[in-house]
Amino acid sequence: MSEKTTPEPQALGDDSAHVAADTQVPGGTTAEAVASDVVLDTAGGQMPPSAVPAATQRRGRDHDRDGGGSVLHQIFTGNAMVSFLSVLLAIVLGGILMAVTNPKVALAAGYFFAQPGDLLTEVIRPYTALVQGSIFNWAGADLAAQLYPITETLTVATPLICAGLGVALGFRAGLFNIGAQGQIIFGALFGAYIGFAWHLPIGLHLLLVILAGLVGGAVWGGVVGLLKARTGAHEVIVTIMLNYIANFLLLFLLTTPAFQRKGSTNPISPFLDSTALFPELLGPQFRLHAGFLVAVAATVLVWWLLNRSTIGFEFRAVGANPSAARTAGINVARSTILVMAIAGALAGLAGVAQVSGTEKYLSGGVAASIGFDAITVALLGRSTPWGTFFAGLLFGAFRAGGVAMQAQTQTPIDIVLVIQSLIVLFIAAPPLVRAIFGLNPRKKKTTTSGTAGSRTGGVKSGAAA
Amino acid sequence: MSATTQSPAGKQPGTGKGTGKTTGANRAGSRGGTTELVSWKAGVGLGLLAILGTVLFGFLANTKSAGFRIAEARDPNASSTAAWITLAVALAAAAYVGFRWISQRREGGGVDRWIPATTIAAIVVLGLAALGVARVEKITVPSMVFGWICSVLLLALAAYACFLTVQRRKVPAWVGGSFAVVFLAGFMIWIVAGGRDPEPSISLAGLMAGAVTLAVPLVFGSLSGVLCERAGVVNIAIEGQLLLGAFSAAVVATVTGNVYAGLFSAAVAGALVSLVLAVVSIKYLVNQIIVGVVLNVLISGLTSFLFSTLLTADPEHLNKPGRLQAVDIPFLADIPIIGPILFRQSLVGYLMYVAVIVVYVGLFHTKWGLRVRAVGEHPQAADTVGINVNRTRFINVLMGGAIAGIGGSFFTLVSVDAFSKDMSGGRGYIALAAMIFGRWNPIGAFLAALLFGFADNLQSIITIIGSPVPSQFMAMLPYALTVIAVAGLVGRSRPPAADGIPYVKG
Repeated sequence: MSEKTTPEPQALGDDSAHVAADTQVPGGTTAEAVASDVVLDTAGGQMPPSAVPAATQRRGRDHDRDGGGSVLHQIFTGNAMVSFLSVLLAIVLGGILMAVTNPKVALAAGYFFAQPGDLLTEVIRPYTALVQGSIFNWAGADLAAQLYPITETLTVATPLICAGLGVALGFRAGLFNIGAQGQIIFGALFGAYIGFAWHLPIGLHLLLVILAGLVGGAVWGGVVGLLKARTGAHEVIVTIMLNYIANFLLLFLLTTPAFQRKGSTNPISPFLDSTALFPELLGPQFRLHAGFLVAVAATVLVWWLLNRSTIGFEFRAVGANPSAARTAGINVARSTILVMAIAGALAGLAGVAQVSGTEKYLSGGVAASIGFDAITVALLGRSTPWGTFFAGLLFGAFRAGGVAMQAQTQTPIDIVLVIQSLIVLFIAAPPLVRAIFGLNPRKKKTTTSGTAGSRTGGVKSGAAA
Repeated sequence: MSATTQSPAGKQPGTGKGTGKTTGANRAGSRGGTTELVSWKAGVGLGLLAILGTVLFGFLANTKSAGFRIAEARDPNASSTAAWITLAVALAAAAYVGFRWISQRREGGGVDRWIPATTIAAIVVLGLAALGVARVEKITVPSMVFGWICSVLLLALAAYACFLTVQRRKVPAWVGGSFAVVFLAGFMIWIVAGGRDPEPSISLAGLMAGAVTLAVPLVFGSLSGVLCERAGVVNIAIEGQLLLGAFSAAVVATVTGNVYAGLFSAAVAGALVSLVLAVVSIKYLVNQIIVGVVLNVLISGLTSFLFSTLLTADPEHLNKPGRLQAVDIPFLADIPIIGPILFRQSLVGYLMYVAVIVVYVGLFHTKWGLRVRAVGEHPQAADTVGINVNRTRFINVLMGGAIAGIGGSFFTLVSVDAFSKDMSGGRGYIALAAMIFGRWNPIGAFLAALLFGFADNLQSIITIIGSPVPSQFMAMLPYALTVIAVAGLVGRSRPPAADGIPYVKG
């Protein structure tokens, strides 16, 4: 989080762009700041921007921007406010979507003017179920039943956090890792095999399972890094293809005697040994397992790696501007391979959390859609380790609550996907959210041409100044 | 990343690529000059594949024969006439193009880019027409003998590539091309001969026709990608455009009772997805890849949600579109083999040909196309000469979306006559791969998409006749092929220079 101790890798960037950006930021409008960030991010239009703009990672950036504004003003236009409004907006839009498609709502809307409360109830009911299924179930009989939802959220969040960290790490190094899905599968494959085929003493067994998962993911991620570094193959394409290959490989292996459960015709593996499972944290009535602690540890580790280690600095430098990093003597190829291997290992950890914690066996659907959700998690967390952690928790809550919502109110769980993607879309575009809520600073007219309120005018005049 | 060195020898004349387009290809790295380090990639890669081929086609071959059924004409007389005429036309074309090729080579100048490809195409058509004229019903090939012949050829080609590398000479394109053809032939014979029947055979015409059909959404998707990326906007949202196109085609066609209205609405739906992409990424300068990925998730969630709530509740009135029937083009459809493959398509299929040609001609032979490419390569320069960069991008992204939307209608109006959850099944991503495989060129993307369609259809046919390879590996094939191609071949091509970089005037 705090990047004060290490120098900014952006300092390596294109000088003119940097100077231009710096001179523009104070006192400019937000639109101008966005434009200048883009100039900075693309080294003056010379290279593609990294997935997460470097400028958004800096603390206090917004305070610089809004220079003379009041504290209240800063709060209302700052990043935290935008994030909050994004979530709110997404939830409202999701509510509208549910409202227009729900036949009961249509019925309620028929006598809307008589009893407007009914309409609102129908819209709020799914969300109530969502909260009940993800945080606290006040209708539960005893404390265990009331707390069950929150433990479920943590359980579901565990693989999301691990895989999300992998994707976030890739983003920071300028790599777009869509391959978490395949890396999870490989981690699960390796971990599960050690888990059910080897029989080892307690402690050592779990350790080896985790290690195998890390190696499995690292191999599958490292291949991408290797191809990217050696042949220049685009990582987006390679990771997409490797996802499919990993999936088919898993399906194939589950039909072979080595992996298929004895006496079963279904493509599922035997149960993992009890020594290979994560211990349950709160007793057998909860699914929450020690994998969550591993996820927390992984978050700390990634934070240390990115913000305190030399390698992490190199990753960020490569992500900010590979040419400049190369000029500065950083081995870009090595960084690329390493970052993909570590990202793969983290995703592999998510696979281990699935087979060794939640599912307890290997099946074709072991990765579910975690690998793709992980991308949105990393984006929502703005690719910072702790941001990803909390984004993982939020999406875990959506997942866990969505299941309860579907069971209780027959609202399809797909609505969760809609809300999740809307949140990420809004968070990625702060000016859009500000425009919707009318929060754009309309302080000064910097140039004669553009009115400060209009976005395009602002962008153009800001960059032209 | 050894690609920073530029060959001092510069461009070689006579490689057939010497148009102005290749000037930026300095990333191709080691080419030509004797002082350069010649890459071993081709030699080693071909060598490994040749060994693999030898093991599979030679050592693992069985004694069965492989059959390829050919003629399935409905009207033998019309078919025969068409075959003769095609034969004559193909012969004339092959002779003319071949003559142009030889005479241009003799003059010592570069050969026009289109000539080698056209010659090969003409010869292939000639061969197929000859088969039709001879009324060959079925080709039967002893797999063992042909397997070994193919293995020896593969090994020889790989050895030649290695020899050239030792001599520090560039491996010419024809080596790779003929290697691919021989490998494909050997693979087909081996895999068909491995079928369950004592005399396994597959229908070649059926294989090809199915490949073209399966390729239709891929082609539309990759054309969408070409249009966007040539203007400098990365379009990952192809998947979402296809899916929403499929959805709205199904719903609108059912509600209005008119499939053409469905087709039109599919284009509108695709453009709608593009509109979001354009507004957020061009106006609000958000990273284009992020927007694309998020849009895919959004559309997947949205269509699945609406499907679960509305369409399943009342499929009769919301999810029962009619089908676009296949239409024969009178004379052309009677040509043996080629006719059923190319000229017995639905309206969407014919639109595909039109789209490929229009996009190709538009991009490379019109003023508009030149402007679009300028915007994609060097937006600052384009802006300087008075082109509105962001408006050009906006329009291109919208057009791309509309094209992908039409491709999406294929799923619900041609392939299956109802919408189902996530029915595009990741084909948008494959289309993206096809676009990159095809080097950001409409024709290349079209051919790459055909290749994917071919692999897809081959897999389903092989699963039916039974094969020595587990079906999962066959299903893996297109994806593995893409990785190999992207790592081995396309590494040398390059995207438009400003691809993915938002443009800020200044």
